[in-house]
Amino acid sequence: MRKGVLFGRLIIAVFSILLALVILAPPLWLFISSIADLKELLAIPLRWIPKNPSFARYGGILFSQGPESEFRRIMGNSLYVALFVTIICVVLGSLSAYAFSRLRFPGKDKVLFVLLFSYMLPPIAFIIPLYQTFSGLRMLDTRGALILTYSAILTPFVIWMMRTYFDTIPRDLEDAAKIDGCTPLGTLLRVIFPLSLPGVVATLLFAFLMSWEEFFIALILTSTPQAKTIPVAIAEFSGRHSIDFGMMATGGILAALPPVFIAFVFQKYIVGGLLSGAVKG
Amino acid sequence: MTTRLQKKEIYFAWALILPSFLFIAFIVFYPTAFSFVLSLFQVDLTRRAQGTPFVGLQNYAEVLRSSYFWSSMGRTAYFTVVSIAIEMVLGFLVALLLNQKFWGRGILRSLLLLPWALPITVDAIMWKWIFNANYGALNAFLTQVGILPGYRPWLTQGWSAMHCVIIADVWKVTPLVALLLLAGLQTIPRELYEAALVDGAGRLTSLLKITVPLLLPTATVVLVLRTLDAFRVFDIVYVMTQGGPANATKVISFLAYQEAFKFLHFSKGAALSFVITMVVAIFAYFYTKSMRKQIEY
Repeated sequence: MRKGVLFGRLIIAVFSILLALVILAPPLWLFISSIADLKELLAIPLRWIPKNPSFARYGGILFSQGPESEFRRIMGNSLYVALFVTIICVVLGSLSAYAFSRLRFPGKDKVLFVLLFSYMLPPIAFIIPLYQTFSGLRMLDTRGALILTYSAILTPFVIWMMRTYFDTIPRDLEDAAKIDGCTPLGTLLRVIFPLSLPGVVATLLFAFLMSWEEFFIALILTSTPQAKTIPVAIAEFSGRHSIDFGMMATGGILAALPPVFIAFVFQKYIVGGLLSGAVKG
Repeated sequence: MTTRLQKKEIYFAWALILPSFLFIAFIVFYPTAFSFVLSLFQVDLTRRAQGTPFVGLQNYAEVLRSSYFWSSMGRTAYFTVVSIAIEMVLGFLVALLLNQKFWGRGILRSLLLLPWALPITVDAIMWKWIFNANYGALNAFLTQVGILPGYRPWLTQGWSAMHCVIIADVWKVTPLVALLLLAGLQTIPRELYEAALVDGAGRLTSLLKITVPLLLPTATVVLVLRTLDAFRVFDIVYVMTQGGPANATKVISFLAYQEAFKFLHFSKGAALSFVITMVVAIFAYFYTKSMRKQIEY
């Protein structure tokens, strides 16, 4: 029996270490590439630990006025778009979610189904006419076009998530608020919202993360640093003929930092949200 | 008979829903319908002189008769089946591991969020850089350890390119699958295992007779969800291979993108995208159904 336990522990230890290595090694290499000298990266045999690690590339992107500053502007676009999308989605979504969770009206299930279905539609299904429309409105290559499109795509998702959370709040609390003279909107803001805060936070974060990393729509609707977002810039890095691998790695790390930071700081909310929504690929 | 109060509730509900609904209708539903209309005409920016005549289902016929459509469907199916099979099996094993009690389990579980949080384009450039033919870490590692005699062009050989794309996808998605399955595992009551132990069942028997069947509902949801996603894979392919080498990784959504936005055959692109949408719709239907079932639990 003892031997069996020991053996089991050994197996667990081996596989845990293996798992940690497999998860950590690729991003670690990306990080090393971002601080290593380009000559070292191109050397054969490859040096794994850089001799003179330097954060000069990060400084270049974040503070310089040179061509690298373009990437800074693009990061700004991503942030701008993601923030607006999050706000729009949460406002529109929570109002609808309240209706779906608390009110009785004919056709409720059907409308909800249609909304959920719209979330499943691949962007390719509507991007061609959307491109033509935005082109007609002279809105191609604007952040506004991205904000509108992302918000429309994410709102059904936000409604679905929020509804699930609202459903968990007992109705008695609301009734009590109603008796005390609270309006329906007041109950939403003063009772339901605070009580479902973990869910609201999770939904908010998901909306932010999804617009931060969306690639396909941004690729089609934007083309210059005026509106381009980080994923598009990252993809361009890899398409150039003479790639500065160090710069590419730096861009990648910078693009990954906000979502990774969010994921670890708000771990509880994120995992909870993943499980209740089973969303995001 | 609806009372005044009920009527008021209905109006109020629609007042809350209508802003979202109209917004989504304008940006998603209307263009989707228009996309279908577009696919029935010949809108081709490279042949402007011919105007935009109505051609009925000709675009569809052309697409469905072409060999490039079917080979691209085949590649998409291959990518979907292989990546999901690996993700489900590995995800299940990782979930089993993390369901044990041991020191460092919490840290390991947090680590699973790293690949999930990494933007998919970053995942793609990271692996593209690792698989690089001349300077890649994989080549360097394999030659330094002595497994390979020299560097290999992983991403420019047809067979290996597709598998590199699959690896990039598996690395990113397996942790998510593991987290979802782990949650499913934790809902299985411990008493069941204890009872099985009393009845003299071994570990393998409990795994096959208790764990697997009880995990099946969760696994189904994850499976359908992943199929939905894998079938429309685009970002990784765009960044890592651009559909190459020699179309070896040209999956269906990349094909549609190329038709519409590279070659400017808008109608053909629309027809293609509608075919994709129909396939996705079938998956989506099953997904919403399995979601509903889960809610009933």
